[in-house]
Amino acid sequence: MRLIQKIGGWFDERLKIGGDIREMAGHPVPRDTASWFYVFGSAALTILILQVVTGILLALIYVPSAGQAWNSLQVLNYQISLGWFIRALHGWGSNFMVAIVLIHMVQVFLFGAYKFPRELTWVVGVFLLLMTLGMAFTGQVLRFDQDAYWGLGIGASIAGRVPYIGPWAVNLLLGGPIIAGATLSRFFALHVFVIPGLLIAFVGLHLLMVLKLGVNEWPMPGRIVRRATYLAEYHDLTHKAGVPFVPYAAWKDIIFSGCVLLSIAACAVLLGPFGPSGQPDPTIIQTIPRPDFFFLWLYAVLSLLPASAETPVLLIGPVIGILVLVALPFLAGEGEKSWKRRPIAVLTILLLAVALGTFTRMAIHAPWSPVMNAGTSEPIRSQFLKGRTALERRGALVFQAKQCHNCHSLNDDGGKRGPALDSVALQFTEDQLIRQVIQGGGNMPAYGKNLSPAETTALVAFLKTLHPEGRTPAQNASRAVALGEQQDTSSSPPH
Amino acid sequence: METKMTETMSETKMSRRAMLLKLGALFNAAIVALLGVPIFRYLFSPVARGQKNGYESWLSLGGVEQFPAGQTRLATYRNPVADAWDGETADIPCWVRNVDGQKFQVFAINCAHLGCPVRWFPQSNLFMCPCHGGAYYQDGSRASGPPERGMFEYLYKIEDGKLFIKAGEMPTPRAAIRGGGKSRCA
Repeated sequence: MRLIQKIGGWFDERLKIGGDIREMAGHPVPRDTASWFYVFGSAALTILILQVVTGILLALIYVPSAGQAWNSLQVLNYQISLGWFIRALHGWGSNFMVAIVLIHMVQVFLFGAYKFPRELTWVVGVFLLLMTLGMAFTGQVLRFDQDAYWGLGIGASIAGRVPYIGPWAVNLLLGGPIIAGATLSRFFALHVFVIPGLLIAFVGLHLLMVLKLGVNEWPMPGRIVRRATYLAEYHDLTHKAGVPFVPYAAWKDIIFSGCVLLSIAACAVLLGPFGPSGQPDPTIIQTIPRPDFFFLWLYAVLSLLPASAETPVLLIGPVIGILVLVALPFLAGEGEKSWKRRPIAVLTILLLAVALGTFTRMAIHAPWSPVMNAGTSEPIRSQFLKGRTALERRGALVFQAKQCHNCHSLNDDGGKRGPALDSVALQFTEDQLIRQVIQGGGNMPAYGKNLSPAETTALVAFLKTLHPEGRTPAQNASRAVALGEQQDTSSSPPH
Repeated sequence: METKMTETMSETKMSRRAMLLKLGALFNAAIVALLGVPIFRYLFSPVARGQKNGYESWLSLGGVEQFPAGQTRLATYRNPVADAWDGETADIPCWVRNVDGQKFQVFAINCAHLGCPVRWFPQSNLFMCPCHGGAYYQDGSRASGPPERGMFEYLYKIEDGKLFIKAGEMPTPRAAIRGGGKSRCA
């Protein structure tokens, strides 16, 4: 023990940082900040360290070449001892990092920690969030599989919509005319050098500011932040009633970080690494590209926006979002900190959480995507065929063969792009069905040129049988009168 | 004591060394600016190259007989601008429609919405996109879904019984307007 002290003393005599470290560790913090609510920032830092370490380990094997990257991931997954585990740690670490950074941000927002004098700490934090998301996206690209390839295509298509400089932006993003070797190389440089370098520098700045300005005190309802008096009040909180950061607050940080690391390791062991999915070969078009979890909401937004609003929302939306986040501490730098007295802040968080959650959930099911193989993989159940006439069953065949099933579901089988047709006969009369099939409309393609009259007749005959038992299908009352015939009742299937 | 300090301060302000320090800083700034030019040109070379010589050139998709009249088939070509390490990513697919034995249409694989690979369904004569649900008719015009326009179309020509298209760049809305616009034929 004495020897260790001696060696430590020798180094400190030359390094002269022992005093600074002791001062940093022992700096007084407000007593009630030694709380489990104040552990997310340090947990994010812990995951960052994990990501740097596992990232370096992966870089020992990974080949950033469009022709070889996918193969090198296969080697990592299956040939290198525990390569799969390092990949899984890095992948799950990425998900946890985005989640913890978001939770940290929500906590800081709800506790009013962005107010005077910590405005710049918040602004740096906003950049850290953007860099974290940038790491998540570029990391997904480095997992150079089909999803990464077509994800880049989506990125390029968005860049291509920028007015005036669109085509140049695409070339700059891709490093050439197409998604290829140069594209992967530049995303590798971004993911491994540019963004991590900035990230580490900004984390240092962020931490320095937390140390110099002190951690935000626990917000008490009614304790108002004023520029003139805040610093003196905070000084009282820390120096009269404060506790040293180590060990009073730090033990919770350390325990929580350990739990997070353990959770990441558990996910990695139990759930394994992410992909890679199919080879990044653009000629394999039997693929359904999907983004990673934290970009699913964006995928939903891109599918649901009206076409005319898409480009403005895509190009202006992020700018407005970032401006609002950066401007927040300057617009609300004083005043009430406690979330108990800030209903709009709480509602904003709830609204964002519900919106993002809803979009993410929708994107998991992706009802807007046609089920590309419904014609072969999702048969029409016998309940829709039993007791039907030959013509009606012929119509069911047309329904299946002409990709109607890709967008329309029967008994929840098939696509959800268009409305479910289980009871379409209740809503549309025969004439309306014929018109809809032939002319399309309401976001349905017109099938007039693609169906023979016989096929249309059969299809409509089948559609007329789609209604709940015991309910009368829609009928045009004037038709019988105009044609001078009996009401057609043959459309109800015999039961 | 106070006077001496003021003297030193003013001395520093006026001194030759302070002047030299400023000159040195200026000198370095000039060097950095000078170095910035090649760095900028290096970084923007993908743009400059596309602007100067153009990425697109005439490429053969093979004999016309591979594309029977009235049918739409998948064809692939090797991108004209490719590096040795591009692997399969430089193999680009496209849809070739032989309209009537005389007239052709060659569509980019990329959906006009956000670039996902569209698939051809010969039974219903529709192209469908798996991502956001765009659909197109057999002539490439928009049928439904989020795309604002029809599919991207390559210029084509037939020489010596072979089908050539002018391609080499991933089509995006504005690039397509700059290059071969919709339904222009050679």
